[in-house]
Amino acid sequence: MRLQYPTNIKIIQLPCSGRVDILHMLKSFEDGADGVYVAGCMEGDCHFLTGNFKARRKVNYLKGVLAALGIEPERVEMFNMSSAEGPRFAQVAREFTAKIKELGPSPVKKAKAA
Amino acid sequence: MIVGDSKPLEEILEMIQDKEKVLVLGCRGCVTVCNVGGEKEVGILATMLRIARKKAGLAPTVDERTIERQCDPEYIEELAEVAEGYDAIISIACGVGPQFMSERYPKVPVYPGINTTFIGGALEHGVWSERCQSCGNCLVHNFGGLCPIARCSKSIMNGPCGGSANKKCEISPDVDCIWHLIVEKMAGMGRLKELERVWPVKNWITSRDGGPRKRVREDLKQ
Repeated sequence: MRLQYPTNIKIIQLPCSGRVDILHMLKSFEDGADGVYVAGCMEGDCHFLTGNFKARRKVNYLKGVLAALGIEPERVEMFNMSSAEGPRFAQVAREFTAKIKELGPSPVKKAKAA
Repeated sequence: MIVGDSKPLEEILEMIQDKEKVLVLGCRGCVTVCNVGGEKEVGILATMLRIARKKAGLAPTVDERTIERQCDPEYIEELAEVAEGYDAIISIACGVGPQFMSERYPKVPVYPGINTTFIGGALEHGVWSERCQSCGNCLVHNFGGLCPIARCSKSIMNGPCGGSANKKCEISPDVDCIWHLIVEKMAGMGRLKELERVWPVKNWITSRDGGPRKRVREDLKQ
């Protein structure tokens, strides 16, 4: 398919989105990521039944943490897509990157630069 | 286990706002089991504090450590060489942890990172419920194994009261009326007659009403 998606996205592969941990996402922000999103399977299609629902709950929990830290909760999102949906993967990557670009650099990074 | 709840981040940040070198100290006991103060939660809290400090343009010295138990001096001792090098220690053990830490290391301010809430058990992953109030005189066998002290809002010994409706307590539709459950349980066991016993006012001297408690086992004492 050779689809193009933004090069600034670093992919961290996991066996299931249910394996995503609060710490994985928090550490990314600590290390200067401007945004983090979890790409899980379609709801109802999880090979382990509820992995993607668990991931969504963790993402929602993290939104609360970010808000408490004074960081825009929109910097973390959960998306569902099938592994057969290459074009959707690229589209989400472009849309999320555009959204984060609109929000600007992470406040964690901005303070460091100042 | 002893169950706790994380303190709000804002409260913890306020505690350490003028402290440069901070240690987040976890405990592998009860608080690890109830997912509030173990190694994982130490990592999460410390990362959150580092992010907050980076964001404020401060040096993010927030170290992480988890010891076996914070309620035993031998494990508290493990920190002898490092503890006093910190400007603040946040203990995310139950209320015993910050006290044992500050007794052993009097020069370092120790802050509680969690609120200790109750003695209870896990109903399912992520859900805990109070089961014991450590009243110091266990009587659960008289009530079908269900504790009216810890689980009745009024701790009444001769229930149910008039606030019991549809199996629930009047304080909230989420709270079971334990006396309803006791009666059902005893009836199911064919022991309803035992509930005719009238219990006199409970002597609370074995509970906190007798002042702080201490237990000594002469055979174990060194």
